[in-house]
Amino acid sequence: MAYTLFSIGDYYQIMANFATTNLGGAHVARFIGQRIIYMIITLFLIATISFVLMKLLPGSPLANADKLTEAQQEVIFEKYGLNDPIPVQYVNYLGGLVQGDLGISFKYDNRPVSDILSDRIGPSAQLGIQALIIGTVAGILLGLVSAIYHNGITDYLSTIIAVLGTSIPSFVFAGLLQFFVAVKWGILPVATWNGFEYSILPTIALAIFPMATCARFMRTEMIEVLNEDYITTARAKGLAGSAIIFKHGIRNALIPLITILGPLAVGLLTGTLVIEQIFSVPGIGEQFVTSVTSNDFPIIMGTTMFFAVVFIVMILIIDILYGLIDPRIRLSGKD
Amino acid sequence: MENRKKELDKNLFRPADRTEEQSDVIARKSTTLLQDAVRSLRKNVFFMISLFLLLVIVLMSIFAPVASDYTYKEQDLNRSLMGPRIPVLEDISFLGLDGTQTKTFNGNNVQAAEMKANLQFDNQEEFITFETVSEGDGSPNSAEVKATYDKYAAKGVEDEYFYFGTDRLGRDVWTRVWDGTRVSLLIAFAAAIIDLVIGVAYGGIAAYYGGRVDNYMMRFLEVIIGIPNLVVVILMILILDPGIWAIIIALTITGWTSMARIVRGEVLKLKGHEFVLAARTLGAPNRKIIARHLVPNVMGLIIVNTMFSIPSAIFFEAFLSFIGLGLPSPAASLGTLINDGFKTLLTTPSLLVFPAVLISVLMIVFNILGDGLRDAFDPKMRK
Repeated sequence: MAYTLFSIGDYYQIMANFATTNLGGAHVARFIGQRIIYMIITLFLIATISFVLMKLLPGSPLANADKLTEAQQEVIFEKYGLNDPIPVQYVNYLGGLVQGDLGISFKYDNRPVSDILSDRIGPSAQLGIQALIIGTVAGILLGLVSAIYHNGITDYLSTIIAVLGTSIPSFVFAGLLQFFVAVKWGILPVATWNGFEYSILPTIALAIFPMATCARFMRTEMIEVLNEDYITTARAKGLAGSAIIFKHGIRNALIPLITILGPLAVGLLTGTLVIEQIFSVPGIGEQFVTSVTSNDFPIIMGTTMFFAVVFIVMILIIDILYGLIDPRIRLSGKD
Repeated sequence: MENRKKELDKNLFRPADRTEEQSDVIARKSTTLLQDAVRSLRKNVFFMISLFLLLVIVLMSIFAPVASDYTYKEQDLNRSLMGPRIPVLEDISFLGLDGTQTKTFNGNNVQAAEMKANLQFDNQEEFITFETVSEGDGSPNSAEVKATYDKYAAKGVEDEYFYFGTDRLGRDVWTRVWDGTRVSLLIAFAAAIIDLVIGVAYGGIAAYYGGRVDNYMMRFLEVIIGIPNLVVVILMILILDPGIWAIIIALTITGWTSMARIVRGEVLKLKGHEFVLAARTLGAPNRKIIARHLVPNVMGLIIVNTMFSIPSAIFFEAFLSFIGLGLPSPAASLGTLINDGFKTLLTTPSLLVFPAVLISVLMIVFNILGDGLRDAFDPKMRK
């Protein structure tokens, strides 16, 4: 649990803190305010660490420094602001970040990192959203089926699927899909990005982890809900089985699922790095991996910053949503 | 049932001793949580199978590279991309482990297809056996020929066995895979142990001393948790010299936080229990309360959490290698092997298959072990 980008336990704890500390509207506002302050501190910290690390990195930012004359180097240093004292550079860097300026790529002449990122965000976002939707919907269905037919064959089957899905790394699935579906059977294109059918295989490869996680989570939640007293009451008053499951069961089991959506979305972000490279999708992840191999530090740092912002904002939104949706959490402090 | 009753002799039974001083004696030693957990784990078939598999993998990763005739970095371009060949199993044809490479070629007629096969297989015509699948009618790619190439014979190395074949540089994949497994396991275990030590110490101190210490320590922790792992790991890898330690440090720098949180939560809960109060009233020193009462009670949780952090570390190592931040060549880890395997996926998929299967099995095994331990240590999960 420790290295996946999230730990479900953590979120429970955050939620539990939330539940006990909040006492109505004013406290919700205070909670949100507190979270936003933490968010800003964290982002500032990441930006500072990135900056310090960039300064610590050995070697000249010029790939072929020895071929250039002093004067030429001077011109380049001047252009990138590398002659200023370090504190000035730091302030400029932070100021740029606030305005969404992530620096200029070393490799792609004069292209701002933010331009490169915005060019490439489309495919990444499409893949991520498709995978999140498919993964969660399939996972919820799988989890529901196995909870309703608890301990039956369907339950065992979907448990096996869930264990395999959470254990086997996405790049292994990607390799399998690419080799069998695309190369052997030739049903779908192997790689690159030329329309919807090109997005199917990467989406499936990405969706397997969220699907398996959702299925496991949904199964435990649903089994727990089906054992609650209000389900027994509903059954005792003669409500039909389907009505119990749909009206009382699923609704209550779905609420905690929101807590794992944030971590899952972040997991997808990590997944895109690998999946985009395997399927040659021109997205942010693929750009990142290319930049790592070519030592293009502004792009690496810029993308890292971008990931950090996406991650933190996503968690914030989901925390707030969770507090708003579950009345038990809103009301629990009121007595 | 009836028969049983008849067989038992009445004289075997004696009335129970019911005297005052005997009634309080507990006849059987009480089982501790640990004994109880071990007993339920033994009954868990999946757990035992996983444990056995893990043991086999660990032993193989230690001894297979030593026992092998090749080393992980020994290159020989002359024998690059040989097929997998295993003694005994090579005689069972459908396994495809006889070292030959089979591929179908299409051409306008049989000759054209055979020409293509020759080109692909080093022009070693005498070592290629052809099997005509369809004669073709002269139209483009209508003829199909199945060519089987015995590269071991062509290279004159019939007495050598590369169990998993060789890679592009002619290195023995069998040796590299097991060597890589050992490196991956080493990274995962080291990272898990470091996390455990830091996390338990941090969480334990924060919870035990409580008050302002706890408050400051937790504020600091919250900021650290806010930083995405991926970001920190990538930044750390970039400034450290690439290698096993760089990966371990990068993984542990944020990895300990979840352990610290869990331990803190549990210790806080335990601290309020009556047995701790009783121990304190009786004058037990801090050290003793921690060692006798807190640690054993948190142990289950720590073991389970550590067990789950190992597969995550294996995955993250593979992930880092995959995006080019892993071990430098020629060192092998499961991640670098999979990354290499993708480069030759279309021509020799076996290079990807072996490490991919191994990493998948490892992940599944660790997850099942973790699940089993969690169920065993958590009485609530019992049926």
